[in-house]
Amino acid sequence: MLPCTGRIDESLLLKAFENGADGVMVIGCLEGDCHYVNGNIRARARVERVYNILEQINIGPERIRMYNLSAGEGAKFAAFTNEFVGRVEELGPSPINLARSNGSKESEQEVQAT
Amino acid sequence: MITGTPKPIEEILEMVEPYDNIIVAGCFGCVTVCRVGGDKEVQVLSSTLRLAREAAGKKIEIREVCLERQCDPEYLEPMRPYIEDYQAVLSIACGAGIQFMAEKFTKTPLLPGINTGFLGVTERQGEWTERCQGCGDCVLHLTGGICPVTRCAKSIFHGPCGGSVQGICEVDKEVKCGWQLIIDRLVSLEQMENYGKLKPYKGWDTSRDGGPRRIIREDMV
Repeated sequence: MLPCTGRIDESLLLKAFENGADGVMVIGCLEGDCHYVNGNIRARARVERVYNILEQINIGPERIRMYNLSAGEGAKFAAFTNEFVGRVEELGPSPINLARSNGSKESEQEVQAT
Repeated sequence: MITGTPKPIEEILEMVEPYDNIIVAGCFGCVTVCRVGGDKEVQVLSSTLRLAREAAGKKIEIREVCLERQCDPEYLEPMRPYIEDYQAVLSIACGAGIQFMAEKFTKTPLLPGINTGFLGVTERQGEWTERCQGCGDCVLHLTGGICPVTRCAKSIFHGPCGGSVQGICEVDKEVKCGWQLIIDRLVSLEQMENYGKLKPYKGWDTSRDGGPRRIIREDMV
């Protein structure tokens, strides 16, 4: 939880994928309603940059998405979250997690073979 | 400042393909200001490479560093104790910084992570434009502070050429005629007499024509 999505930069978002996230959802305040004037607009630009990076390295750009909500929109938050989680589940594990699980299976097999 | 643009990630991945243990080195100088080679860009590039390589089943270990400047020897020295523990350095400093590091650490391959651009200024966040070509013989006092070498596509010294139409250069509709800008400025400064003071021929011997240049300040050596 950050006080403003303006604090988010590309490296934080990429770190989430490095740390095993299959998808990353960024939720900022409604556009035009940022307490820090344009933090959510900056966040959107950074999310778009990460979207492009994920596309270039074949991780899948649809694994990241930004939503804008006010603090009073709990039902909408739940709906957006369910929608995003559903989409990520359809996509399956990220290529990073697939590579990691393949790697651990291989090492298990090596241990069993010895 | 010296500007630059990131190399395409595919090109960088191809460069680092033979290595599984590298340093990604940024610079807190110009490339930090133009958002292409500073600490944040080191973090983003390193994460991107780690993700791409792990997804491809060939993990890469990366040490992330950002030096005060890559173009000064004292800031490169702290890398000496550990640089040979790594197979290569991917530098996102300007071409000068990358070359200087390559000269100081001759046993480690240096890879460029950016394409170095020009000596320029920040027009607004995210937009930089060229102002100086380092010709070594500045005439800005005669040209209203506008450089004919840089701002004129032909670097000519005798006013607008036939390709200047309504203040626009023939090379690109987005490019203003440098000489029209100079004359307009001289008129507004009431310094049109300077137009006649320009040298008939510019000496280019202080520019790149003599190969790589050197400045020696005897009082400082």
